[in-house]
Amino acid sequence: MSLFAEVPQAAPVAVFKLTADFREDKHPSKVNLGVGAYRTDECQPWVLPVVRKVEQLIANDHGLNHEYLPILGLPEFRASASKIALGEDSPAIKENRVGGVQSLGGTGALRIGAEFLRRWYNGKNNTATPIYVSAPTWENHNAVFSDAGFTDVRPYRYWDAEKRGLALAGFLEDLENAPEYSVFLLHACAHNPTGTDPTPDEWKQIAEIMERKKLFAFFDSAYQGFASGDLQKDAWAVRYFVSKGFELFCAQSFSKNFGLYNERVGNLTVVAKDSDNASRILSQMEKIVRTIWSNPPSQGARIVATTLTTPELFAEWKDNVKTMADRVLLMRSQLKAKLQALGTPGTWEHITQQIGMFSFTGLNPNQVGYLIKEKHVYLMASGRINMCGLTTKNLDYVAESIHETVTKIQ
Amino acid sequence: MAALSSFADTPTAQPSEEDRLSLAFLKDRSTEKALLWCTEYLNEEGHGSLLPMTRKVMLQICSDPTLTLDYLPTLGLPEFTRSATELALGRDSPAIRENRAGGVQTLGGTGAIRLGAELLQHWYNVGGARCGPVYLSSPSGGSVAATLQGAGISDIRSYRYWDPDKKGFSVEPLLEDLEVAPEQSVIVLYASAHCPTGAEPSQSDWKQIAEVMRRRRLFPFFLLPSQGLCWGDPAQDAWSLRYFVSLGFELLCAQSFSTNFGLYSDRVGSLLLVLKHSSLLLAVQSQAASLVHALWSRPPGGGARLVTMVLNNPALLAEWKEGLRVMVERGMLIREKLKERLRMLGIPEFWDHVTQQRGLYCCTGLTEEQVQFLVMTCHVYLPASGCVNVTAISGRTLDHVAESIYLAVTSDLQEYRH
Repeated sequence: MSLFAEVPQAAPVAVFKLTADFREDKHPSKVNLGVGAYRTDECQPWVLPVVRKVEQLIANDHGLNHEYLPILGLPEFRASASKIALGEDSPAIKENRVGGVQSLGGTGALRIGAEFLRRWYNGKNNTATPIYVSAPTWENHNAVFSDAGFTDVRPYRYWDAEKRGLALAGFLEDLENAPEYSVFLLHACAHNPTGTDPTPDEWKQIAEIMERKKLFAFFDSAYQGFASGDLQKDAWAVRYFVSKGFELFCAQSFSKNFGLYNERVGNLTVVAKDSDNASRILSQMEKIVRTIWSNPPSQGARIVATTLTTPELFAEWKDNVKTMADRVLLMRSQLKAKLQALGTPGTWEHITQQIGMFSFTGLNPNQVGYLIKEKHVYLMASGRINMCGLTTKNLDYVAESIHETVTKIQ
Repeated sequence: MAALSSFADTPTAQPSEEDRLSLAFLKDRSTEKALLWCTEYLNEEGHGSLLPMTRKVMLQICSDPTLTLDYLPTLGLPEFTRSATELALGRDSPAIRENRAGGVQTLGGTGAIRLGAELLQHWYNVGGARCGPVYLSSPSGGSVAATLQGAGISDIRSYRYWDPDKKGFSVEPLLEDLEVAPEQSVIVLYASAHCPTGAEPSQSDWKQIAEVMRRRRLFPFFLLPSQGLCWGDPAQDAWSLRYFVSLGFELLCAQSFSTNFGLYSDRVGSLLLVLKHSSLLLAVQSQAASLVHALWSRPPGGGARLVTMVLNNPALLAEWKEGLRVMVERGMLIREKLKERLRMLGIPEFWDHVTQQRGLYCCTGLTEEQVQFLVMTCHVYLPASGCVNVTAISGRTLDHVAESIYLAVTSDLQEYRH
């Protein structure tokens, strides 16, 4: 008799199931708009040219070895990663109150932050501190915080389905009513899954309430540079909060903006009141890291650190990032144009107003079902599409499929 | 903005014994100093070994235009986990044939232990008393207990392993402790190359251990930290694990590829699952995927690709196995030399245990006072357990280490007693 006899099969993660179904589909015109990575116009993965270059440099550098990195990671990586988030001239960096924990992608950074907060924030081991995540949010946010031990993960209003934009009033109201010291998980830019970000003015309103209600800001920054093509612009919210004196965490991922998906490169940037606090926080995070992955993988961190700290490579990288961001922007404008040209019912402004990899089309579950089953166009049940799945070759088919869907199914 | 930090009450974490030793060693200005604790296989220059084939294979991998940087599956590269499973159990293992053995790619050995601990904590004996006590050997490797605790396992106990009188492994006390362990307890066992003592059960010991565990329904959680670096032969290093599988045990095994492939910073590991039926394997793997999703989402690709290439290419495989033999021989040679130096210095007792132990580690049998003497007076740094990593002893430091041990054993250490 097995002691695992009663283990149930876990529900598959929706986006993985979507990809699996897509793979099995034999239809010649099938399109995957649930893909989780950047694709070129030929629908191929793209290893950034600067990354290929640096990989070769590293492979040929016999001074580099494979010995364990420090627990907190490669120092040059941590410093340059935090700098890219906060800005070269960040007062927090100058005042020596910033720390970084090299992590396993954005997920790892979120997990370390969550584990730390559960142990040391708002008391000791206070598992009841409310954790607010946007409605909707990336499906893994919930799991990361509950697996870290938090028992009260709640939504804050974010997406207004009717107006297809930010539910600002609801958001601000939820901030006002949140218990003091609650943690708010904020998307730094290119909100996943809606693609809808607060404007600078709206961020100011959000920050004002958070300061007054002593709410903790935990940023998730997975798309810096990838959203607008401009690193500074995409970091505006995080830097604004720092300028207002907030202590905060920022979970950074370099999966998308460096195309380093499987190297698992992330950084948890910690901005503390002063350097003493920063040290103590990092010392506790080090203990947490020791019990999950012990020390992080070196390859991705070396690639990022080398790129960020070498002027020519940094310039080349920004160029590569802009290439990706521009292609996404092009697909957005072309999809909208085609839908408008077809006279597809509804408004499609949100396609170009939204930012980043994803677009919340506004299609309902029935329409989504039709698109998948009848047209072999795969997207999330929420109506989220990944713009990277669009190419000049499949745009017409996708636009026509959406048109057909919306006119046939209500 | 409020003046007080939200983290004003967060204390500085206490450094681990390993960290304290490293720091003290670094600060030490003496020209004759030695740090004898490390978790890497160190070469003669004191650096983590890099296998000769690694650079060329890595170059091959990053020059391959067909290899992308796309996410690996959550459970890892299937070819890697299949290869890791076959390496541990043997290609012809009935558990593999019956589709009830599989792996989950993890972040090195620590990641495998953490994932295994999470699975036990969440899913072991779900219908019954959940995860009961977990037993570790006494002494046990550095962070195993902390990793289990990180997963929420709080009832951690120990079973006797190192016999200070015999200066080796004794099976009787271990069996006694297993007899009184609550049924369904989890027992953490090193399949080979025990950390930190290097002392090993014999095959007949293992048979007795398995019998008690079967009778008392105790669950084996094996650790396989450096397969191939104990006996120089991967199959022999996995004998105990394969024996348990042949008896029909369900088990977990945390495999690390850090040391036997010199891929420390690549974080290559696998959590091996052996279940009673293939349907159970699928269910447990699906729950593992769920847990992984919120821990690190997906594992890293590079190191796993290298290991997979080596294990599946006959020429590279032969080269790797030869490399293991060379590493093991060097380790044995260091042990021999240390024992011989001590004998020549006239050390009062036999130090046969040094050459009887295997793998990276060696429990010297030195007392806490003697260890303190070594650290404070001789600039020789090792943990209080008296265990050392033999590869940390180089040709350059051997004499000093031997002389220091001799002094420790023969001096009156009144002042070190407390």
